[in-house]
Amino acid sequence: MTNAPAIRVQGLVKRFGKTEVLTGIDLEAARGEVTCLLGPSGSGKSTLLRCIAFLEEATDGFIEIDGAPLGFALGPDGDRMRLPPNDIRGVRSKIGMVFQQFNLWPHMTALGNVMEALVTARGMSKAEAEERARARLAEVGLAERATHYPSELSGGQQQRVAIARALALEPKIMLFDEPTSSLDPELTGEVLNVMRKLAEGGMTMVVVTHEIGFAASVGHKIVFLDQGKILVEGTPGEVFGKPRHPRIDQFLDTYLDRGAAGLL
Amino acid sequence: MTFDFALVLENVPNIARAFGVTLGVWAGAVVFGSIGGFAIAVARRWGPTPVGWLLRAFVEVIRGTPFLVQIFLLYYGGPFIGLSLDNIPAGLFGLSVYAAAYYSEIFRTGFEAIPKGHLEAADCAGFTRAQTLRRIVLPEMTMLVLPAMVNMTILMLKETAVLSIISVPELTLEVSAIGTAHYAFVESFTIVALLYWGLTDLCGRAGRLAEARFSRYRFSHS
Ligand SMILES: Nc1ncnc2c1ncn2[C@@H]1O[C@H](COP(=O)(O)OP(=O)(O)OP(=O)(O)O)[C@@H](O)[C@H]1O
Ligand SMILES: [Mg+2]
Repeated sequence: MTNAPAIRVQGLVKRFGKTEVLTGIDLEAARGEVTCLLGPSGSGKSTLLRCIAFLEEATDGFIEIDGAPLGFALGPDGDRMRLPPNDIRGVRSKIGMVFQQFNLWPHMTALGNVMEALVTARGMSKAEAEERARARLAEVGLAERATHYPSELSGGQQQRVAIARALALEPKIMLFDEPTSSLDPELTGEVLNVMRKLAEGGMTMVVVTHEIGFAASVGHKIVFLDQGKILVEGTPGEVFGKPRHPRIDQFLDTYLDRGAAGLL
Repeated sequence: MTFDFALVLENVPNIARAFGVTLGVWAGAVVFGSIGGFAIAVARRWGPTPVGWLLRAFVEVIRGTPFLVQIFLLYYGGPFIGLSLDNIPAGLFGLSVYAAAYYSEIFRTGFEAIPKGHLEAADCAGFTRAQTLRRIVLPEMTMLVLPAMVNMTILMLKETAVLSIISVPELTLEVSAIGTAHYAFVESFTIVALLYWGLTDLCGRAGRLAEARFSRYRFSHS
């Protein structure tokens, strides 16, 4: 258990009806490793991340978190067997998720959003939850915004609250699905900085992003998805350096005009 | 013809009693109707599929027929299936059923308007379904459906007048009786209109107050 990877994905297949969106993904992430998932639109990045968060149930294959099977395990007779809900809840509690659309609860303040799950799902006392929530908000630079409602915060601030909300539950792994894609360009920096700090602190992270600069400088591993398959996988140097896979070249052409050229 | 206020004053006790009946039936139907409507919306969303079909059919029938016809059928047809109700209970029951159907549609659209991501965030944070319903769905839905609820509640007040057809001693029936007795329809119905309007105005104000209170919680993005 102790030397199991933080995340192990084996033969993951996801079908929506007849369309196969993930066609057998194998992926490992060591503890403290930052994996950046890149790929064209529709390649299955979100679906893979959502399977790891157990927001989608994979059609086939296995996911292990810290050595513990998530959702499904190989049964004694070699069948893929669904695990009981309590097991699933236990393993999921090691995972934090950050969404493109922030998904803050609009009827709670920033502090309320961060405290809520501590009190409701974890049964912590209000006082203890508030103390922890305030600490997490301070870490993302929002101590002064604690009593603001989401509608009173900028997109960048909302996303930082969402990160604080996930961190308050002390996850082992943080998943990010295009955390800066719905932000104005001048607000992406504040969110990426929080994520960079988190990575430096040793958090295991899987980040779906189109921010090539961030992926190249913070990512330990780049995974390039294309049509539901991992096309290229390696360090930023291996994936972005020359010689480059022609699909990566093509992909970079689309995104490099976003000012990331200088970072490669 | 003159506007005879003396006549109105003479009948204040009668009018007040009738107004009380109207208020009572209305309030009862709003309370039972919204509880029933919420239960229907929850069952249609999370209950077994056949239950969903039945409830959908029920809602369609209630929404597809005039309330006047429903209340007639309930009061005069009810005894044939062993449902003999006095006029006030029949009125309260009929109006509650009618309200439940309409409120359930409001709640249903409210459920659908809650961004899926808000529920997924709760799911990721380890909430059980009941916790998500209580802490996220209910409050978010309340602010989403508030304007439609206020609107429907006002419409319900006006529907109470239909109950005069089964002799519920409410405002419209009692006042038209006074009108007939003294041949003073203008006086009596002016009073009726003012009372209904005053009440709906009050209800609308309360709704706007509540909406203003909730406006901070509004969604910051679509
Ligand atoms: N719930 C669903 N039902 C049916 N098809 C789906 C569903 N979710 C995703 N898909 C399909 O799966 C494919 C992969 O979608 P996914 O969202 O994982 O792509 P992505 O790589 O995240 O793309 P983007 O960069 O646009 O976010 C797409 O073709 C999409 O239409
Ligand atoms: Mg996506």
